[in-house]
Amino acid sequence: MTQSQIARAGSSTGTGSRFWRNKKDYLGVIPFLVFTGLFLLWPTVNVVYGAFFTEEGEFSLDYIVNTIQEEAHWIPFLNTLKISFWTSIVGGLIGALFAWAISTGKPDGIGRRFVMATGGVLAQFGGVMLAFAFFATFGFNGFVTTFALKFSDTNFLASPAWLYGLFGLGVVYTFFQIPLMFIVFLPAVENLKPQWSEASQSLGGSSKDYWFRIGFPVLFPSFLGGVLLLFVNAFSAYATAAALISQGTIITPLDIGSALSSETGGASAPLAKTLSLYMVAVVVIVMALYSLLRKRVSKWENTK
Amino acid sequence: MKLSIPGRIFRAFIIIVTGLYLLGPLYGMLDFSTKPLGLEGGRTLRAWTAIGKNPDVISSLIASFSIAIVVMLLIFLLVVPTVIWVHLKLPAFRRPMELICLLPLAIPAIVIVVGIAPLYRWISINVTESPVTLSGVYAMLILPYTYRSLSAALDLVDIATLAEAARTLGASTMRTIFGVVMPTIRSGIMSGVVISIALVLGEFTISALLAFDTLQVVIYLLGRQDGKIAVAVALSALLFVFAILFAIPTTKRQRVILDADVA
Repeated sequence: MTQSQIARAGSSTGTGSRFWRNKKDYLGVIPFLVFTGLFLLWPTVNVVYGAFFTEEGEFSLDYIVNTIQEEAHWIPFLNTLKISFWTSIVGGLIGALFAWAISTGKPDGIGRRFVMATGGVLAQFGGVMLAFAFFATFGFNGFVTTFALKFSDTNFLASPAWLYGLFGLGVVYTFFQIPLMFIVFLPAVENLKPQWSEASQSLGGSSKDYWFRIGFPVLFPSFLGGVLLLFVNAFSAYATAAALISQGTIITPLDIGSALSSETGGASAPLAKTLSLYMVAVVVIVMALYSLLRKRVSKWENTK
Repeated sequence: MKLSIPGRIFRAFIIIVTGLYLLGPLYGMLDFSTKPLGLEGGRTLRAWTAIGKNPDVISSLIASFSIAIVVMLLIFLLVVPTVIWVHLKLPAFRRPMELICLLPLAIPAIVIVVGIAPLYRWISINVTESPVTLSGVYAMLILPYTYRSLSAALDLVDIATLAEAARTLGASTMRTIFGVVMPTIRSGIMSGVVISIALVLGEFTISALLAFDTLQVVIYLLGRQDGKIAVAVALSALLFVFAILFAIPTTKRQRVILDADVA
């Protein structure tokens, strides 16, 4: 507050009327606005707007209403929701436990540094490379498959077909969801004050009492927030699926990809835009929930 | 917090199981990329030595690093000065600016491709087909991370007083922004730069669908011809990004990555 007041006072000491000064100040943001307008705002508007028009440019709600009713599109959409839901729950739980386990170690040790950097790489940098990592591990010549074949030809791991379907995709997604949850959740577990457990202990509470009456309730909003982020993360992912699944459009991002590329012969801009609009709608809803939660969490964090 | 014996066992169990799950596939890459072509046993570095001789890999590396450099220039010359400008001179514009910068979080990359494809079609017909043009859209993808680390850094220092002091000493506005404020918040800028290098090297969706041969696209295409080289390239890229993330101190990195939550 005081900072902006100082800034205001500072800018009014110059020459010229205050009115023109302020107007001229807006010139400074024009390059930025032109750039973001071209590469960010226009594409966004283009998608939202385009979903309401046919290829001939006539206004129509047909695409919005009909696309989701076609089996070729609602099944991938449902799959996307399903895979995002399950991988965010499973990844969220494992990631949260992992964050707790790491938080009890030394905060500035080399081990922590190693885990944080590895988590960052796996959570943010995956895509095609993670799909390859799974080919190399569970694929036809992978070391786990080779190892499993030594025992029998019929066990689950010996035949890698599972990797190339929705379940396999879910396993790979979980692989990057765990480190993301770890990174997002670690600050929350580190925020648990040792005094709370001491207070609980001196009042005669067991460690079960501590977790169920203090630990879990305090962490729950952060946990839920992390899970929502994971949901959006899985929901938006394209690269991993594109690399893992070479045929078929089992999730909506792949569906959009094939609607967009002319190789399949069926390139349709309104279809791609409509599917994109569905995706944006889901992400916006989830992000809105997330920001509501963040408000709650930060209220809590500010009381320290 | 002191852990009880069962607590310790539980903790060790979680770390070992999760650690194995996360590191297993990385070991898988190392194992797979050093296997010989046929069915014979033993190890070979064929795939690893082939990386440097593969023209596609080399040209895609040049493309991706050029993009990363242009993205960094955009951050230094466009995004950072504008954020500082708004902080100093246009407090009323802070909120709209924040909304613009956080917008990419709500729009999946695959959706941005759909919206931006006509623009890139136009650029490749009328201006250039160079993959460096991708820097424009990549700079947008990085905007939320850059913005958050910048505004966090700006909130920590009293830049209004700093700018006032610079002006009293006769510095121009440009000099104030580039010579005084930017050096003060260099750690915030650096974390933005690190995350942008990682993002550019790892981006696949946009470049693949717009048909540019960046590093990830070439890794993907290589995977269809020679999986072992593709895996070797992928593992080296992962190790490279690990190295740059490892290099920044933990607390700062934690914030960078935390800011990067929904990449």
